[in-house]
Amino acid sequence: MRHESPAALTSRIVKRLLLVVVGMFGFGFAMVPLYDVICDITGLNGKTSGRYAESEPVPVEDRKITVQFMAQNSEGMSWYFEPNDPQVTVSPGEVKVVSYKARNPNEFAMVGQAIPSVAPNEAAQYLMKLECFCFQEQPLAPGEEVDMAIRFFVDENIPEKITKLTLSYSLFDITDYEISGDEITAR
Amino acid sequence: MSASHDDHHHGPAKGLTRWLYTTNHKDIGSLYLWFSFAMFLLGGTFAMVIRAELFQPGLQLVEPNFFNQMTTMHGLVMVFGAVMPAFVGLANWMIPMMIGAPDMALPRMNNWSFWILPFAFAMLSATLFMEAGAPNFGWTFYAPLSTTYAPETVTFFIFAVHIMGASSIMGSINIIATVLNMRAPGMTLMKMPLFVWTWLITAYLLIAVMPVLAGVVTMMLFDIHFGTSFFNAAGGGDPVLFQHVFWFFGHPEVYIMILPAFGVISAIIPTFARKRLFGYDSMVYATASIAFLSFIVWAHHMFTVGMPIAGELFFMYATMLIAVPTGVKVFNWVATMFRGSMTFETPMLFAIAFVVLFTMGGFTGLMLAITPADFQYHDTYFVVAHFHYVLVPGAVFSIMAATYYWLPKWTGHMYDERLGKLHFWLSFIGVNVLFFPQHFLGLAGMPRRIPDYALQFADFNWISSIGGFLFGASQLILLVVVIKCVKGGKKATAQVWEGAQGLEWTLDSPAPYHTFTTPPDPKLIHAQ
Repeated sequence: MRHESPAALTSRIVKRLLLVVVGMFGFGFAMVPLYDVICDITGLNGKTSGRYAESEPVPVEDRKITVQFMAQNSEGMSWYFEPNDPQVTVSPGEVKVVSYKARNPNEFAMVGQAIPSVAPNEAAQYLMKLECFCFQEQPLAPGEEVDMAIRFFVDENIPEKITKLTLSYSLFDITDYEISGDEITAR
Repeated sequence: MSASHDDHHHGPAKGLTRWLYTTNHKDIGSLYLWFSFAMFLLGGTFAMVIRAELFQPGLQLVEPNFFNQMTTMHGLVMVFGAVMPAFVGLANWMIPMMIGAPDMALPRMNNWSFWILPFAFAMLSATLFMEAGAPNFGWTFYAPLSTTYAPETVTFFIFAVHIMGASSIMGSINIIATVLNMRAPGMTLMKMPLFVWTWLITAYLLIAVMPVLAGVVTMMLFDIHFGTSFFNAAGGGDPVLFQHVFWFFGHPEVYIMILPAFGVISAIIPTFARKRLFGYDSMVYATASIAFLSFIVWAHHMFTVGMPIAGELFFMYATMLIAVPTGVKVFNWVATMFRGSMTFETPMLFAIAFVVLFTMGGFTGLMLAITPADFQYHDTYFVVAHFHYVLVPGAVFSIMAATYYWLPKWTGHMYDERLGKLHFWLSFIGVNVLFFPQHFLGLAGMPRRIPDYALQFADFNWISSIGGFLFGASQLILLVVVIKCVKGGKKATAQVWEGAQGLEWTLDSPAPYHTFTTPPDPKLIHAQ
């Protein structure tokens, strides 16, 4: 260090600082997957996880949990979109099927995509979906109406204090989007 | 002027090219300071439009959309155009003179980092004249307001932010290299003036977070033009992610705007109290602690967005912890003044006003840190009052204090003390009449960023607007004082202020174009 000329020292400092700059630029982007991981672990932001693909759950009969269903259209979405069963009561581990109704009232075909959110947020990680219409996009012909199913159960490890949870879907018009792949990740 | 006759040590070149091609830290410092003042007036003009519209309830002067453009542009111009460049200008002027260096370590990059700024702000301001209008999504540009629902001019905004970021990063690299590598023999780290210390730490903050800002606007660019879905829920993204990334930049950013102010105040108070700074070491450690804590409190801007209870508690306690090192600083300034032989020249008046009013802004920050209370205060005028108290009588007052303090060193003339004091008192009264009632408005529930409001808010808004016009108009006095001082006035001595300590005061006034081409006598370097 002592023998280094001032110019060499300056260029060493600059190189190191530039590395920090590049690293922090990368860190900004690394926050995107990091955020998804943290959401997945903590249920932050009410995000539910993807398709449940482990062993069949065993119902625990001595607890009852109310699951409420909500539907809303995001701005600009013109479909009729409502849950067929606004509320069900289930035991943890009990597999249940419910459905939403969607109708395209327009004279042109459209593609919709439902995005889920759970309240309270911490309940999100205990809501397990075996099947869900939100796993794929939903094309509808003019005037077409469909019933869209969710097969789910509530994990038995859900904290005692949670007796009621709400699953809300926002429906987005993605007709003009080109979303690649059949399943969108981190659903 | 004790200019050497060696032909490497000539004076400034003549004409416009002097300023275009200059690599001299004093020239570049002046450019930054003048640019910052121009932006201060521009951002101030936007603020006057806001206050004029809010003068009475109802929509009188501007369309709501234009009102939103004004709040957005006011914030962006003041943060990135006025406050940050002013501190970089002060750093350019003072750091080499304070540590006994002949210039900044990377003088050519210094020229470049200044001269890209006018282009960034020209591009940003040009959006005002475009059909789609200027950015209208607030200075925090939350997605999807700034992506899905943004005016087309958002791309100009994105590139302007990229350029500002590049400028800040280059400036910071330069400052760090200068401080680490160009100190005169005998100027150990713990003998550096606090202004140098606070800027060194600020520069590290800038290097850590400006790339994150560049990253977040790049993601916006991709979402808008290339069909990605970083922040678009329909495509699997998450708008809340935007807020996390933005505030990871944004919270250190607010300390970037206040740490150099701490350095300025730590220089001025000892001079006019004629005592050494109380607790120099603790000041350094407090600054470093604040810088560290700034990285782990970002989500306190997002309490109402939704977070696990453990997260809300963590960010609440971490935020409150910042009051400890900040309190150390405030107590040290007060202890420095205690039993000092104080005089109240303009820089000292601004410095004392800083200590009092910044502390008030700090306390409202503590109130906002309390998570359950924040659910009430969030997005109200209470928040507006809080951050204007720390930024205007905080950061801006410190820049004005620094200007009055070092102006005789820069120009060689004393400024007009009577005008300076007039400027101070009008600003002091104006700023309080302007922002204090906004606390009441916020507690009563008036939301921020609205052009119209319910009738019960009328009186306090009326008072606030009067204060705003007074504060805005008084800033023209500063312009007069500076121009008068540049043109002439009583000759300043080298020492300028009786109690001033430090290497910059061993130089002639005005400071020669080239200084410390040979390092200063180590005997001149004292412990702080």
